[in-house]
Amino acid sequence: MRPVFINVGERTNVTGSAKFRKLVVEGDYTAALDVARQQVEAGAQVIDVNMDEGLLDGPKAMRTFLNLIAAEPDIARVPLMIDSSKWEVIEAGLKCVQGKPIVNSISMKEGEEAFRHHAVQCLRYGAAVVVMAFDEQGQADTAARKIEICTRAYNILVNEVGFPPEDIIFDPNIFAVATGIEEHDNYAVDFIEAVKVIKATLPYARVSGGVSNVSFSFRGNEPVRRAIHSVFLYHAINAGMDMGIVNAGDLPVYDDIDAELREAVEDVILNRRQRTNVSNTERLVDMAPRYKGEKGAAKVVDLKWREQPVAGRIAHALVHGITEFIVEDTEEARANVDRPLHVIEGPLMDGMNVVGDLFGAGKMFLPQVVKSARVMKQAVAYLEPYMEAEKAGQERSSAGRILMATVKGDVHDIGKNIVGVVLQCNNYEVVDLGVMVPADRILDEAIAHNCDIVGLSGLITPSLDEMVFVAAEMERRGMNLPLLIGGATTSRTHTAVKIEPTYDRGSTTYVIDASRAVGVVAGLLSPTDKAKNEAATREEYVRIREQYARGQVVKARAALPDARANRFKAENPTPAPKPTFIGTRAFEWDLQDLADHIDWTPFFASWELIGRFPQILEDEIVGTAAQDLYRDARAMLEKIVVEKWYTAKGVAGFWPANARGDDIVVWTDESRTTEAARFHGLRQQIAKSNGKPNLCISDFVAEDGDDYIGAFAVTAGHGELAKAKEFKDAGDDYSSIMATALADRLAEAFAERLHKEVRTTLWGYVPDEQTTVQDLIEEKYLGIRPAPGYPAQPDHTEKATLFRLLDAEAQAGMELTESFAMNPPASVSGLYFGHVESHYFGVGKIDRDQIKSYAKRKGWDIATAERWLSPILNYDPSKIAKEQAA
Amino acid sequence: MALTRSERIAALHKAAKERILVLDGSWGVMIQRENLTEEDFRGERFANHNHPQKGNNDLLILTRPDIVASLHDAYYSVGADISETNTFSATTIAQGDYGLEDAVYDLNFEGARIGREVADRWTEKEPHKPRFVAGAIGPTNRTLSLSPDVNDPGFRAVSYDEVYEAYKQQAKALHDGGVDLFLIETVFDTLNCKAAIKAVKDLEDEGYEPLPIWISGTITDRSGRTLSGQTAEAFWNSIRHAKPFAVGFNCALGAELMRPHIAELSRVADTLVSAYPNAGLPNAMGQYDEQPHETGHFIEEWAKSGLVNIVGGCCGTTPDHIKHIADEVAGVTPRAIPERPKALRLSGLEPFELVA
Repeated sequence: MRPVFINVGERTNVTGSAKFRKLVVEGDYTAALDVARQQVEAGAQVIDVNMDEGLLDGPKAMRTFLNLIAAEPDIARVPLMIDSSKWEVIEAGLKCVQGKPIVNSISMKEGEEAFRHHAVQCLRYGAAVVVMAFDEQGQADTAARKIEICTRAYNILVNEVGFPPEDIIFDPNIFAVATGIEEHDNYAVDFIEAVKVIKATLPYARVSGGVSNVSFSFRGNEPVRRAIHSVFLYHAINAGMDMGIVNAGDLPVYDDIDAELREAVEDVILNRRQRTNVSNTERLVDMAPRYKGEKGAAKVVDLKWREQPVAGRIAHALVHGITEFIVEDTEEARANVDRPLHVIEGPLMDGMNVVGDLFGAGKMFLPQVVKSARVMKQAVAYLEPYMEAEKAGQERSSAGRILMATVKGDVHDIGKNIVGVVLQCNNYEVVDLGVMVPADRILDEAIAHNCDIVGLSGLITPSLDEMVFVAAEMERRGMNLPLLIGGATTSRTHTAVKIEPTYDRGSTTYVIDASRAVGVVAGLLSPTDKAKNEAATREEYVRIREQYARGQVVKARAALPDARANRFKAENPTPAPKPTFIGTRAFEWDLQDLADHIDWTPFFASWELIGRFPQILEDEIVGTAAQDLYRDARAMLEKIVVEKWYTAKGVAGFWPANARGDDIVVWTDESRTTEAARFHGLRQQIAKSNGKPNLCISDFVAEDGDDYIGAFAVTAGHGELAKAKEFKDAGDDYSSIMATALADRLAEAFAERLHKEVRTTLWGYVPDEQTTVQDLIEEKYLGIRPAPGYPAQPDHTEKATLFRLLDAEAQAGMELTESFAMNPPASVSGLYFGHVESHYFGVGKIDRDQIKSYAKRKGWDIATAERWLSPILNYDPSKIAKEQAA
Repeated sequence: MALTRSERIAALHKAAKERILVLDGSWGVMIQRENLTEEDFRGERFANHNHPQKGNNDLLILTRPDIVASLHDAYYSVGADISETNTFSATTIAQGDYGLEDAVYDLNFEGARIGREVADRWTEKEPHKPRFVAGAIGPTNRTLSLSPDVNDPGFRAVSYDEVYEAYKQQAKALHDGGVDLFLIETVFDTLNCKAAIKAVKDLEDEGYEPLPIWISGTITDRSGRTLSGQTAEAFWNSIRHAKPFAVGFNCALGAELMRPHIAELSRVADTLVSAYPNAGLPNAMGQYDEQPHETGHFIEEWAKSGLVNIVGGCCGTTPDHIKHIADEVAGVTPRAIPERPKALRLSGLEPFELVA
């Protein structure tokens, strides 16, 4: 008889279904209910509900969803599995179900006392329990540990708590196999063995597990994953596994799996002796692409790649994990460069970046990455004696020292260990503090070891809060080391929304996976790229925060008076000094200087080639295209400069200014009696916590006394339109677009270049600023230059005031369209704030009380205000109009 | 010398093994016959209370304890083994309608005390047939699984914690007043019942002696489901963790329509099974026409078919009905508690079973 297997629906789980997570985070519970309904219709006998998402109020989301399910008889028909790593979420769920659910899960992670308490509560609420094989020492990996923990838990439950043994379900932890790490090879066998013993020795207890974990290293290759699940379940169910969280309808029948694949999978699952000269994992990895779909037919051994230049050969060797030629290739590369280190920073790192990109795109798998790291290590090992030899120089022995820790309350460390391996392969020193490390120890050790970066890892949801705490502690202790965030439940959004804002002194970067770690770390430790990368990340995170804020259905907003009361108050009350002149000054800038200040990354982005300059030129996929483009661009740029295709004109000005509420009054002169203009500000109305202010640009200007504001408008676009038209008329669209794109870059470079001049001489509030071209691109300086229409002041119409004040039309030949777009198109304008604490921010959504106030200040009616500010309204004006008409 | 509570509980278990036990019948119909006025309900203590109190039957515990005692007496005298305290609505939630939240402790404590006094008198007189007092815990007038607003299915008029606290307070007062067991009855929303179970179990943490728990659900119509949508077996799976002394159904249906659901419960429940139906279905005037001998006849058949361990009456039944029931089941062997294979049993609206 085939054993009974209970299929637990996995789709109403925010950690397992991106679709469901999105629906719940966006508050679309109607569609979320449909997901649950489909599960039941598809035959799920129990549905797992999990709301462990750092951005959600877990108990509230659980309560909302379960109450809604209760009203749907076709869903509420089946029992629920209340799934959370947080007891408060479980308890909230238990208070909503009239049926008898399963709690998933409780464990001895926090010791026996908490375990007993949770068990008693589950008993009194009336629930069966999943018990994870987890104790004070951590999660059980070997069969012996799994059995030991489950047996201990069983005895406590049955003999001490009086828990019915038939209501106990053990989850002895399914871990990923075929990761390329030898210690993981036996994980499936350990699980299966544990199942057998648990079923034989712990009467009436059941065994469950999250099946998809086992194939984690093959993510991106669903056919192979399904085959792995099928084979794994075949053996686990025969060993006595009773239920699993799995999309069972999607699994191939064991016997239908291609015989060769099944044998390879079985060798991996059962950790059998290898059949060939490669390990079982490598054999499956090699075979996997063939089953992915029509792509990736069987490879023939082809040494054609040996004909490439050495950098390409190194990249090829890294991507394909071939060690055979790496020493000779490394030697050849070394002979071509001044210093051995350049081989690492050049072709080797470029190759690893390719590996990272492929892995991120699902085109490479974790074991391949580990193999790549092995190639890297050999190359580095070969170079080491040469680097030692030149150590008379100032070079440090390692590329950097990284502290890594799994945060307090979390014991998952597989991912962290892989990151550690990969980093060490890349000549980084790793200080690994292990698991369950409290914040103070992480930070003490980081200081004691003089680490360059702090990396935090975590797999379970509560770790997200702990990471926020660590970040806040770094801020509080005045640290400024880059902070890396990684691990399965972490996300870019969470990092951007919750972690990064708590840590202003240093940068916070989310690392999506192990293969990215090297690129990120290199980027953060590179003396030339650090600031640029940090700035890019910050900018990205601001954008993510804005997106996230927009996605929130109803966000708590502060009433305008409350938001105003919570304005930003500078710690340093000293305003910037008086500028060197009051009034405006016009400039015509040297194009060569601007060409030297171009930030190329957005240039490639404008051609839809995504990647950082200059690495994009080496990109395996878009690299060739990027190189061709760059060559053409440099050629045209030279002509622009030499043949003076364009002229760069701009105007900047400074005036006495004072804040008046949310507005900034610009005075004609030092007597501060006659208003030259008034800039209107918009204030953040998102409800703030942790003492964060509700910002408005006026907060960066003093209300009384001698403070100043600056403004600018620059363009590199005179001649741009004509040139673009000339090419276009000649049928050369490529050059036409190129001419426009380069004008844009020159205008941006102009804004950056002029801002530097403002800081150092024209306003002169940082007369001794030492910034390189890179620093400028990275906005690594004091003061800001926000533009109307952008996040800090989203009202484009303010450009009218700006242009009038600067007399931009006369002084720089710039004008505004009726939509307040600038002409020529390659133009940039904005305000200058000199206060050392001024910084970029996003206004976010605003409420009607602010619209009323803003309209009054602008001399608009409310409808006009609502029109110009429609993207940031926190309400639907049409609804309000209807209500008033009714 | 009166028995101690643990002696009484032991006697209850012993009696249940030996014979079919008899519960009392309706209180509502008997109170109606008294033709009480608003003043009777108010008594001296609530003479100036700002809510009308007529119809607040539980209040008679404090204002007309003589009537309450006489009804216990009437039912014990016709052969009832167990009588319920008059505390069906004595929770802060249900008494909220009368503005009497503050009187809830007294209602339960006094209700238990009166029942205790009458029961002990009978036990003293007939030591071979000890009488028991069940602390009645009603469903309240709010549901935890259902939204009162059809347009907002996620809404709840009351929270679990509120229901839990109300039940805990009631159970404590009943315990203090001396009941022998708790009767969580007329359960039309299983989640309310689960909150009551949790509240009763949690009393153990405060040092209260555990008392037997008797749970009686209500199948509201011929669909065979509770108001909150569960089948009989799903209901049993939901509440089995209470390790109840007895489980059964009461109210809503007369004996004839209740039979299949009692039979189903009798099959699945590995504990005592109880049934106390209405006296048939109400007529157009809202009155119950089923005669005492008719009710007695239905119940006799259940008893002889081995479906029940405890029987009694709900709406519309009178001491006369109970007398007929008691006479019919006297000497009939009680239902044997079935042994069921151990299995993981869960429920949604429907039962789930994973047998070994």
